[in-house]
Amino acid sequence: MTTALLILIALVTLCSAATAMLLRNLIHSVLLLIGSWIGVSVFYLFAGAEFVAFAQVLVYVGAVSMVVLFAVLLTRRSRADMAVSPDTQSRAVSAVLAAGAVLAVLLYAVLLTPLPSGISQGPSANVRQIGTELMGTHAAALLVIGMILTVATLGGVVIASTDGASKKEGPK
Amino acid sequence: MNAAQDTGETLLERAPQALRDLLTSHLPEPWRWFANSLIAIVAILAVFGLLFAALTLAERKILGRVQNRPGPNRTGPFGLLQPIADGIKMLSKEDIVPRDADHLLHFLAPVTLLASSILAFAVIPYGRHLIPVELDAAVLYFFCVGATTELAVFMAGWSSHNKYSLLAAMRALAQLISYELPLLLSWLPVVMISGTLSTTGIVAAQSAWRWGWMPTWHVFTPWGLAGFVIFMVAALAESNRSPFDLPEAESELIAGHLTEYSGCKYVFFFMAEYFGMTALSGMAVTLFLGGWHAPLPSLEFIPSYVWFGAKLITLLMGFIWIRATFPRLRIDQLTRFAWKFLVPLALVNLGTTAFWSLSFGWTGPLLAARCTVAVILVVVPFVLLGRRLSSGLTPRTYSYAP
Repeated sequence: MTTALLILIALVTLCSAATAMLLRNLIHSVLLLIGSWIGVSVFYLFAGAEFVAFAQVLVYVGAVSMVVLFAVLLTRRSRADMAVSPDTQSRAVSAVLAAGAVLAVLLYAVLLTPLPSGISQGPSANVRQIGTELMGTHAAALLVIGMILTVATLGGVVIASTDGASKKEGPK
Repeated sequence: MNAAQDTGETLLERAPQALRDLLTSHLPEPWRWFANSLIAIVAILAVFGLLFAALTLAERKILGRVQNRPGPNRTGPFGLLQPIADGIKMLSKEDIVPRDADHLLHFLAPVTLLASSILAFAVIPYGRHLIPVELDAAVLYFFCVGATTELAVFMAGWSSHNKYSLLAAMRALAQLISYELPLLLSWLPVVMISGTLSTTGIVAAQSAWRWGWMPTWHVFTPWGLAGFVIFMVAALAESNRSPFDLPEAESELIAGHLTEYSGCKYVFFFMAEYFGMTALSGMAVTLFLGGWHAPLPSLEFIPSYVWFGAKLITLLMGFIWIRATFPRLRIDQLTRFAWKFLVPLALVNLGTTAFWSLSFGWTGPLLAARCTVAVILVVVPFVLLGRRLSSGLTPRTYSYAP
């Protein structure tokens, strides 16, 4: 029962990801990609990692999806432009090369990881433990990541605001 | 927790549980779990569906009274059957889909919105023993479910193939994303103080009595009051309620992303709005207003779910009152209010909470100092930021006819 359910979720996740690549309409692709993100978070839920699952939905479905959608909408000129034109041969070749490289790296990492054989009892971690761990042992890493993200946000604000000032759009 | 359970156990308190067990106790074990979940789902749908109907009527009646008109009064006694008439009207309307619309997404948008708003009800503790799903990270679950509404709004706006819909969806997204931040920041202090993300744990953290009569709800602390107000303002904006109802201003902004929706799908959007509003109010009750706890120790004989319902309905009436009173904000005022006022205040409030939790053991004169410092930490940034927000805007002068 559980195995069947897991396989079903895996199929949904993989199929929506695959269809996202095949579709010509970028918006549809993004929405299907979001579907596959949700599938991944369901996997986390099954593994008992509630916190990671909800964080995945909150960050990817709530925030990253919006960034992607806005990027698509703001970079396309018209609705007809939403569909990408058919590929040239060189594009196809480079796409295959890039995808092959990624696949090779992933396979290399997967094959070299020592996976425990048999049924193992995963470490039970509740939200409180994750919190203390993050704030205690990994506090430095957390601070560094927070710093980088803040700098990135400030950079985005600076780029956006200088763009507005150079156009002299008048005082607010 | 256990002591409280022993004292407050009345027959009524156990009634919903007992009724459910009566129905499912003869089932074999795996099926009983399934049946119990099913009953919880049906109960939530029935209760909040009815509450939705009652709310639409109450809103129209109260708005009518506030605006000095009777409100609906022709359908049944005092207009009580108006929700049923509305329902029949909406369901029997033609469902029009624009020719060039993206049919699948146009259909999926209201369904996604409604589903995600119903999912949010799963983790709210409605009473001492009434919580549909007990989760370790329940508060996180609640807000991650809420995050999918943005997606539904985008789908609705984009799939309609209408420039007004698309522009309005973008506007609605700007609003939702802007107010997501103060909303998330405003409940963080509660998690800091209670030390848990589970809703049951947060309610349990507010169960004690100070001086034997004053409830230790989070709203009665300086940071809790500030957090509650920020939470409610952000909740107003997140559920697209007035004064933040730009996404669906019918006459001025042609109903935003709802422009191309009619009939049943339109009802879905409205149901989702009311469900979202109810769920957020329920979360506010859980986080700040002591959940299902009675406001006085002597009132604990009344079942806990009655208290929860009373608090919930009070907050919902507050929503309606605000809608009747406040004018709508402009989009630039709306985003400025979020980013320049609510977000800094919520960040300062985090600091106040840190101080409050560090000074936990202070007693005697130090306790007075603790309260004073916390109140100053809440009030001073509020006044300063409020002054800055309205600086350069002179009070508006009105010239009346002589």
